[in-house]
Formats: sequence, C-alpha cells, structure tokens
Amino acid sequence: MTKKILVLLLILIPINANALIEVDITRGNLNPLPLAVSPLSIDEESRKGFEKILKKENIGSEISNIVENNLRTSGLFNPLDKKAFLQAPDIANLKPRFEDWNLIKAQALITGKVNYIDDKLRVEFRLWDVLAAKEMMALAFTTVPNNWRRVGHIISDKVYERLTGEKGYFDTRIIYVSEEGPKTQRIKKLAIMDQDGANNKFLTLGNELVLTPRFNPASQMVTYLSYFKNMPRVYLLDIETGTQEVVGDFPGMTFAPRFSPDGKKIIMSFAKDGKSDIYTMDLENRIVEKITNHPSIDTSPSYSPDGKYITFNSDRSGYQQIYVMKNDGSDVKRISFGNGLYGTPVWSPRGDLIAFTKLHKGKFYIGVMRTDGSGERLLTENYYQEAPSWSPNGRVLIFYRETKTNSKGEGFSAKLWSIDLTGYNERQIKTPTDASDPSWSSLLSN
Amino acid sequence: MKLNKIFKNTLLVLAACLVLSACATKKEVATDIQGQMQGDVYTGTDTVEYLADGVPDRVFFATNESILTTASRETLRAQAAWLRKNPSINVVLEGHADERGTREYNLALGERRANAAKDYLMTYGISSDRITVLSYGKERPVDSGSNPLAWSKNRRSVTVKAN
Repeated sequence: MTKKILVLLLILIPINANALIEVDITRGNLNPLPLAVSPLSIDEESRKGFEKILKKENIGSEISNIVENNLRTSGLFNPLDKKAFLQAPDIANLKPRFEDWNLIKAQALITGKVNYIDDKLRVEFRLWDVLAAKEMMALAFTTVPNNWRRVGHIISDKVYERLTGEKGYFDTRIIYVSEEGPKTQRIKKLAIMDQDGANNKFLTLGNELVLTPRFNPASQMVTYLSYFKNMPRVYLLDIETGTQEVVGDFPGMTFAPRFSPDGKKIIMSFAKDGKSDIYTMDLENRIVEKITNHPSIDTSPSYSPDGKYITFNSDRSGYQQIYVMKNDGSDVKRISFGNGLYGTPVWSPRGDLIAFTKLHKGKFYIGVMRTDGSGERLLTENYYQEAPSWSPNGRVLIFYRETKTNSKGEGFSAKLWSIDLTGYNERQIKTPTDASDPSWSSLLSN
Repeated sequence: MKLNKIFKNTLLVLAACLVLSACATKKEVATDIQGQMQGDVYTGTDTVEYLADGVPDRVFFATNESILTTASRETLRAQAAWLRKNPSINVVLEGHADERGTREYNLALGERRANAAKDYLMTYGISSDRITVLSYGKERPVDSGSNPLAWSKNRRSVTVKAN
C-alpha cells in the first residue's frame, strides 16, 4: 500500500503576528466568523492536466470546497456564499480588493492557486485579514495529485491554527466498526475513512465479529477485538500492509485495548474466572504486566497523554465508576461520584479532562470532568450513546448513538456523531452503513 | 431419586409457565410482562431451548448482576445431571448482557455471568476441562426489542454443546 506522505513543501512567507482576527474556541461559538473561501485559481493547461488524471473538472474548486466544508463543520466559521464574491479568484490571490470583501462582511479571506508541474500538484494559498487589509499567512505545497483531498485538509488545519491559536484536526482519519444486518445477527467490519467521511474503506470482510478499534497515536497501527475462531482476543493491525497478529498469549478473553501515548504498549483487559483485570504488553519485547488485581471488573483503560497515569472503569464499589491510578497500578483513586453509572473514560490529548459515558435514570450521556473528578459537565443526552474518542486537538468528541427498537424489531440504527467540548455543534458523521466504536487518528501531517 | 425430584420440579415449573401464559393471553400486555419476570429476571420460556428432556439450556440474570437465582440453580443442577450422564459431551457457556450498558463493561459482565454458571456446574461435579466460557457482551441479543422484557431475555448464560 502506498504510504501517503505529503511530499514537501513550505515556503513560509513571514507573517504579521499582530493580526486582528481571533476566534475564541473556549466558549460555544454562536457567532461563527464570516469568511470567504475564494476558489483556488487554475490555468487552463493545469486544469486539463488534472482533469485527465483525477477525473475532476476543476481541482482548484474541489480543494476549496473541502476547505469550506471543514471550516463550516467546525462550527467556528461561517463560509460565505461564493455567488456574492465580486473579485475573480486569480486576481484576488495576487492582491485582494479588501473593500469588496468587506462589503460582503467577510472578516477573513482565503485565496490560492493550483499548478500542474512535472506530474505534481503544486498548491499555494494565502490567508488575509480583511479588516486590517493584511496577509496573515502564505504557504505552498507540492505533492502527488492523488493527495488533493489531503491538501484541502492541510490548508484547513493551517487556517484553523492561525485563527484559533490551536492545532487543527482535519488531516485525520476515523477508524470505526461498520454494522449491517439484523440486530440479533449483526455483521461487523472494521472500516476507515477521512475525518469528513470521504475515502471510506473496509478493512475486514465481516466473517468474524470485530469491536473497538483504536488508533496508535504514533503510527498507522490499529488495535481491536476480534472473535476470530470464536476466541475473543486483542489484535494488532497494520493498516498500510494489512498484517494482523494476536496480542499476547492469554488463556481467555482479552478486550478493551488502547495504545499508550508513545505507541509502544497496548493496555487492555483480560477476563478470567469472572474477574477482569488490566494488563499492558510492551510491543517491542512482548513483556506482559498485570496492572490491576481485584475481584471486580476493571476495564476500558486509557493513558494520560504523558503516560504517567491510567484512567479506567471498575465496579469494585458495587457499581461501574471511573478511577485514576499511576501507570504501575498504584495509588488507585475513584474520581466519579455523581448519581448513576460511569464508564469508558478517555483522557484528553491536552491532559486536563477525561471524557466519559454516564448512565442515569435510563438515559445515556457523554460528558467531561477534570482528572480529579471535579467540574463534571454533560454535553449530550440520548436514549443510548457511548464510547467518546477525542479529536487530536482535544476540542471535539466523536461517539456512537443507537436508536430504540420497537417490539416488531424495527427502528434500530447506530450512527457516528460528534460534538464540541463546549456542548455545541452536535452533528452526525455520514457513513455508508450503520456505524459504531469510532476512534480518531492523530494528525497525519507534522 | 434426585433426578426424579428434578423432573418433578421441572414439571411444576412448566405447569406454572403454562398457567401464566394462559392468563397472559387474556389480559393486557403489562400483565404479560409481569408474568414473565420476577423482579427484572426473566422467568418465561419463550427463548429457552432444551439440551435434553427437562434440561433447559439457559439461565437469566437481573440487571448488572451475575447472581444465580433459585430457578437458575435448578436449571444448572439439571444440566449438571445431564452432563454426568453424558460424560463425552463438552459445553460452551455463552454469557450475554442487555443493550443498556457500555460495550466493554458488558463483555466483562457476560464473562462473569457465564463463570457464575460454570462455578455452579463444577460444584455439581462437572470438570472445568469440559467447560469453555465465551462472552458476547451485548453483541448477540435473542430479542432485539428495546424494552424491559426483551432486555431480561438477553441477560443470560446459555449452555451450548461443543461437540
């Protein structure tokens, strides 16, 4: 499989640090920043060149559409209608007439240009502050033409970062479980897609039940649970080569796998004699360590981003609750004390929060709390939803939601949803089939 | 003598079930649910299959619990007796949970339920070599409904012949 590394680039033109526009992402953004994404201009010769290899009539417009869609779905930006644009894309990229853009209320403007050079795709783009009438950023990339979608995502990430001060999350992928068939005999396959739903691919055939895939934060490896030969075990999958292997040699079910933040260990549960404990396995020397030792169910472990702590859920108090301990299993502390059951804790990549699923009075909630359990905030309530996974910048959570089945067996569905940490901007992520157990990758570039 | 007693008990249970289901058809749905559940443990027979005459294949659990009820222990004693009579048969105990829990916790809960059944079979003389435990969590419901009765049917440990 081709490793899709972006072949270079970067002419970083110096930029003015005192820009006027700033987007505050710490609060729910009810007034998204109005901005104009001018289609990337393209000369006729380049246009024809790309049309031939990519079967896209105008690759410049296609890339801008990706940028526009990404920025809109973030909920922080309001891309304006292109019909209102007064200035042609090629001219705007040279020198915007700021009063024209001001007239349509754009506060920021993205312009750019695409060229077909030596069988490569060369893209340059600029971000302008319309009110200050200044260039904020200018970048150029060269890559293989097939990477055109990723170019759109990388531009989106750069714009997001420049305007919010935080890294973006658009050049990423989601691995999830595709579901089909009746609820009593669900066929499940591993599937992967770009963060915006494009390039969906199935990674397994559906011959055996598969669950809970998770990305390695440091590489394109995935760990998941497979019922291959009716033996539920944690597996490791290299999504570039397709190689799979079982993790460790356990005489029983292993499940709930996740990687350590450096990608060198897998942490998981092993169930034996009605007890489930947490174990780690070092992927290099294959050494297995037992981390918890308790007659209860200890599962759904997740490391802190510095690798020093582990959060997990346990029913040692009688009911499922969230705990934090040191990475060697010492110093176990319960952190969830609200009403109801708490599960699936996942540590934010920023380190300050733990996202979780809560079950209370027949409703399921996705929420966040500080790592000492204080400041609990419920983001969304529904009939059934669980298993949040963080965007790499720790600003968005993706999870899955199931609908009720009536007594005739109708009405069931499972879909992926995302929501901002602020509790705003809840949206469904379209998938070709029903879907569950999403896991968000790290940024593919940088 | 013991077997005789089990058989008699089973007959009683069956008779009780017949009476209950006969009532149920005449009354409201709510009564039907009540007739098939005790607390929130399923006591009906809709989904039950039989390993042999008078040997039900499954036991049911309360929400979030893995404690064996009196009825479950009776079923498992019948299974143990049947296994002692058929020493060449091995079994898989498939543990399940309902859909109202997180996926990973439910996998562990299914394993705990199947092990509760395994432990009981072992105290009645069945060697652990003959028993394999397999948890499906909430992945394989028998009743796809989203209601308390369906959930009670799905919280189960099913004994399946392995050979």
